[in-house]
Amino acid sequence: MDDALVIAGQIIRSRFLLGTGKFASYEIMRDAIIVSGAHIVTVALRRVDKGGRAENILDFVPKDCIVMANTSGARTADEAVRIARIAKAAGCGNWIKIEVINDNKFLLPDNQETIKATEILVKEGFMVMPYVSPNLQDAKRLKSAGAASIMPLGAPIGTNKGLTTRELVRILVEEIDLPIIVDAGLGQPSHAAEAMEMGCAAVLVNTAVATAQNPVIAAEAFGLAARAGRLAYLSAPREKSNQADASSPLTGFLR
Amino acid sequence: MSDSFYVVYEQYSKYDLAAFFQKVADRDVFGACSKENLTAEDLLTLLSPQAQLQLEPMAKRASALTIQYFGRVIFLYAPLYLSNLCDNECVYCGFKKSNNIERKQLSLAEVEEEAKAIAATGIKHILILTGESKIHTPLSYLKDSVSLLKNYFSSISLEIYPLEKNEYRELVDLGVDGLTIYQETYDEKLYQELHRGGAKSNFLYRLDTPERACRAKMRSVGVGALLGLAPFRREVFLTGLHARYLQDKYPDVEISVSLPRIQPQVSNFSPAHRLSDTDLVQALLALRLFLPRVGINLSTRENSHLRDNLIGLGVTRMSAGSKTFVGGYASKEVGECQFAVSDQRSAAEIKIAIRQKGCQPVMKDWQLI
Repeated sequence: MDDALVIAGQIIRSRFLLGTGKFASYEIMRDAIIVSGAHIVTVALRRVDKGGRAENILDFVPKDCIVMANTSGARTADEAVRIARIAKAAGCGNWIKIEVINDNKFLLPDNQETIKATEILVKEGFMVMPYVSPNLQDAKRLKSAGAASIMPLGAPIGTNKGLTTRELVRILVEEIDLPIIVDAGLGQPSHAAEAMEMGCAAVLVNTAVATAQNPVIAAEAFGLAARAGRLAYLSAPREKSNQADASSPLTGFLR
Repeated sequence: MSDSFYVVYEQYSKYDLAAFFQKVADRDVFGACSKENLTAEDLLTLLSPQAQLQLEPMAKRASALTIQYFGRVIFLYAPLYLSNLCDNECVYCGFKKSNNIERKQLSLAEVEEEAKAIAATGIKHILILTGESKIHTPLSYLKDSVSLLKNYFSSISLEIYPLEKNEYRELVDLGVDGLTIYQETYDEKLYQELHRGGAKSNFLYRLDTPERACRAKMRSVGVGALLGLAPFRREVFLTGLHARYLQDKYPDVEISVSLPRIQPQVSNFSPAHRLSDTDLVQALLALRLFLPRVGINLSTRENSHLRDNLIGLGVTRMSAGSKTFVGGYASKEVGECQFAVSDQRSAAEIKIAIRQKGCQPVMKDWQLI
């Protein structure tokens, strides 16, 4: 079955995306990327030390991966735009995950500022993947602005609580004709599988892999879970209305 | 919400801690340890003498929270002393005005020499420090220094005398992203005794300083008390409340806390309320549990053995290869230190120690934008 994930016209080999923060070493991070099969990895520009004297994170990302810089640290649309431009100049390519967070207590994204930054960066030729709280109207605005995908959170960053926003994400999957990639909050491979089973295009995980006792095994488990969830979705396409379909028709007596 | 932390301060500064601690039972400690959102009373419970007997479960929880929210990483920075000229008479400080030490303020050429020496170690985050002398070390000097340091570092923080909001704003616009300002002590009466005369004698002005920096859109702001001046439990309690007040009121600012213990200085000041290592660990764990997402800073005041063992228990940021005298990195001569450095290891040695603890030393965690 032809089941390629296509984002902005590019075929993506894996529906599992990996974040690169929080790892105990760049070597462990690299091994985790490889065994997970991730094709897209996110890297915070704030950690990139190109030309510096210390190790550069980008040197540990396998060459066949797409590096998607994120705008971690941006508090406003303006800061996100500036970070994206610096990332591009630093050789991170033009894939950008927009993260605008001005709430350090819960690390929840600011959707309005994210939409503003998306509008600007799409016009500048970036492949924009906005990280947002799941909200249908905002997702529609992001699609109109030219976002390449929508990345709703499953739960606040780093909480490992799973797909707590399930119903809101489900609405995005049904209503928005863009890849929906659950980002943040997935703490177990089963959470990743759950998101994929309901039709999400991909999942992005960082904390749960990087802080596991064995991050490399955890990365493989998440990669497999995303694949398993996808296969489960393909095996039984559901009614988009989400309503039950009784095996014996309730109105069969009318025939 | 109030306009000053002083309102919260007044509510809790006279709180009868002894009476509260008498009622704390082990089950209260375990309860506070396992909650997701801790109250002020929970923080006090974790700071109680009773809780000091339960440090292991607190440490397990603190370690898990730190790894969850910060990962297996330690951020490194280095302090850069620009000047030891000071108009204040803080009785505990090696730089106090009446101390007969060689006074020095770096020329811009010397600042650059220091910057080169620090940058050669791979450090990208710099903390610039001065004494308090607005005449000798005016804002214009600070701005010139910052402009120069931007060529060498990706993050520039301040630990200098308190400024007005618009002054902070000028420095933020220039590229400064962090401020550390210690209250020294949250005991107002003691504060007056320790800071007689000089600009620093205004307790309230200093208390509101972090807030002025937050309003000036400083990216990160750190608070703390100089531990040893007053009984630590109340100091750490109010430090925690101050940090939470700022975090609630300015959610766009990264708030951090420090736990500087007084070390012997040139002035031979002997702290009246010296903390044991156990006290320090309890303070660290209690703050981590109370403020799971707040950065916790540990300087080279502490020795290498203790610093290494505190990795993973809540500390997120450490200074490395520190010289605490003016001109300490490029000059071969040793000057008068503000405080004695216990952990004398180089940045390279500290990086190795952090790796041995299963963590990644992070040299760059911000980018001038």
